[in-house]
Amino acid sequence: MPILALDQVSKSFGALKVADQISFALEKGEALGVIGPNGAGKSTLFNLITGNIRVDAGTIRFDGEDVTRQPPMARCLAGVGRTFQIPQPFEQLTVFENLLVGGAFGSRKTEKDVGERCADILVETGLYPKANQLAGSLGLLQRKRLELARALATDPKILLLDEIAGGLTEGECQELVETIRNIHRRGVSIIWVEHVLHALNSVVSRLVVLHFGRVIGDGDTETIMASKDVREIYLGIDV
Amino acid sequence: MSDHISSSSWTVSTRTRGSAFSMLAILALVALAFTAPLFVSRSVVQDLFFILTMLVLAQCWNLLAGYAGLVSVGQQAFVGFGAYAMFAGVSLLGMDPMAAILLGGLAALALSVPTAFFVFRLQGAYFAIGTWVIAEIVRLSLAQWKALGGGTGTSLPSGATRDMIGVRLVADLLGVRGPQATDIVCYWLALLLAVVTIGSIYKLLRSKQGLGLAAVRDNREAARSVGVDPTWTKSFVYLVAALATGLAGALIYVQKARISPDAAFSVPDWTAYVIFIVVIGGIGTIEGPIIGVIVFYILQNLLADYGSWYLLILGLIGILVMLFAPRGLWGLFTDRTGIQLFPVRRILAGQPKPKDIRGSD
Repeated sequence: MPILALDQVSKSFGALKVADQISFALEKGEALGVIGPNGAGKSTLFNLITGNIRVDAGTIRFDGEDVTRQPPMARCLAGVGRTFQIPQPFEQLTVFENLLVGGAFGSRKTEKDVGERCADILVETGLYPKANQLAGSLGLLQRKRLELARALATDPKILLLDEIAGGLTEGECQELVETIRNIHRRGVSIIWVEHVLHALNSVVSRLVVLHFGRVIGDGDTETIMASKDVREIYLGIDV
Repeated sequence: MSDHISSSSWTVSTRTRGSAFSMLAILALVALAFTAPLFVSRSVVQDLFFILTMLVLAQCWNLLAGYAGLVSVGQQAFVGFGAYAMFAGVSLLGMDPMAAILLGGLAALALSVPTAFFVFRLQGAYFAIGTWVIAEIVRLSLAQWKALGGGTGTSLPSGATRDMIGVRLVADLLGVRGPQATDIVCYWLALLLAVVTIGSIYKLLRSKQGLGLAAVRDNREAARSVGVDPTWTKSFVYLVAALATGLAGALIYVQKARISPDAAFSVPDWTAYVIFIVVIGGIGTIEGPIIGVIVFYILQNLLADYGSWYLLILGLIGILVMLFAPRGLWGLFTDRTGIQLFPVRRILAGQPKPKDIRGSD
């Protein structure tokens, strides 16, 4: 049974179709990349999966259960963790407290029970030296790491990463890829929206291509990267 | 502070340098306040009563606006409704005023449930206006209550407060006359209410729910995505604030012994002054309203003879503080000294195991 299955999911903002009958499934432990030009509906797809935006039509099943009508809190508790493309830290809380929120609420435990795990995640994501600083004082790289760390604190079964490598230097990107690989190795399923293709392809084995809210390609990395459609639409290269 | 996490490698605590000392200082201050009626005059007891009840109202408004992001300008609804419920209990049901104060608090709590149902559908400025509209509706409705004097109001039955539980005992023990003993009992109730209110708010902020509250205030969508339920968190705070505000309103009117709709639902008295206190003291801190109420009391006494200039000057000070010290007087103080009387930060201490260390830039 797949961990996540979308069936004919659609969403419009007025006349604009941002999700047009999207269907795909993700197996447990799989790492999937989502690519597509800007405005293809990638972030919207995440918001539909997490419940921050309600679908107009279609169903979303998580771990066999229909979550289409569930609010984001319930989906988080069920095991959906996400990062935001534009980092959304709790600015007046410290980095560590940001993780405590995720840990205590996202896995329904007491602060006491999650404190140590949150501290370990800070070490894993390289945020440990900033633990007691206000999240509002962080720079972009650290904000991106905090997005990842806070999502991990909720103890997710599936992790949705939204352009987490964008804007990072090559070195920073390598470090991040290493961290994500480790998370994947522990059995967490991953869906990763990313423009930095070499980072993406070094982790995922399968790609879904979105264009104007439609899935126009779904297959293993090599096939998709080699396909004519993708090269034309996504990379803008004449072939 | 006992609730800190400890393990072989990590510790988490909210303790700061000097927090044990400040806790002792606070306890000493409360003890001093408790014994104050033994050595100060009746008018000072009345002034202290005023300060403490305004402090309770300010802490409640601060909890709503400073921690939950709920800027209400309709808290007078709960002051007035609590006061009227107390009056009904004493005048119509023959209850003891002290029991009627509890009734007032519960009545305000009951009122907050349908109120929350309506105003929580509104955001930001609309929320503020909604709370005000509801307060006006409650005021106009109670002005129709002929048994409690309608629009002109009424007084407590003579002797009701003199026969309140504990008043005779205090009169005998301290050798004071009835009215003064009533003031002293009211003062002690106000002190108890202030201590319990501040203690409860502090406990809430240090709890998991307090952390969730801060998360919702900072970023609602992100909070929803990590499992926090913003509606539940905000509703809880709104109900608790209504309860304490109602208790304070009932207590204030036991001491006043006379009520009218215009006074009990006064926007300046129960909301504008309260906002002023929180803003000049420092919003979003427990210490802020404490500083604010003292400054407010001093200003009120200094400017008492200047009529409407008083309000103009209060407004001017409020604007200046908002512009130049948006975190209030306590904010200025704590930025320079780092001192916190009620620390809530969860500070992580400890070292990762050596093999785990990874550099950040």
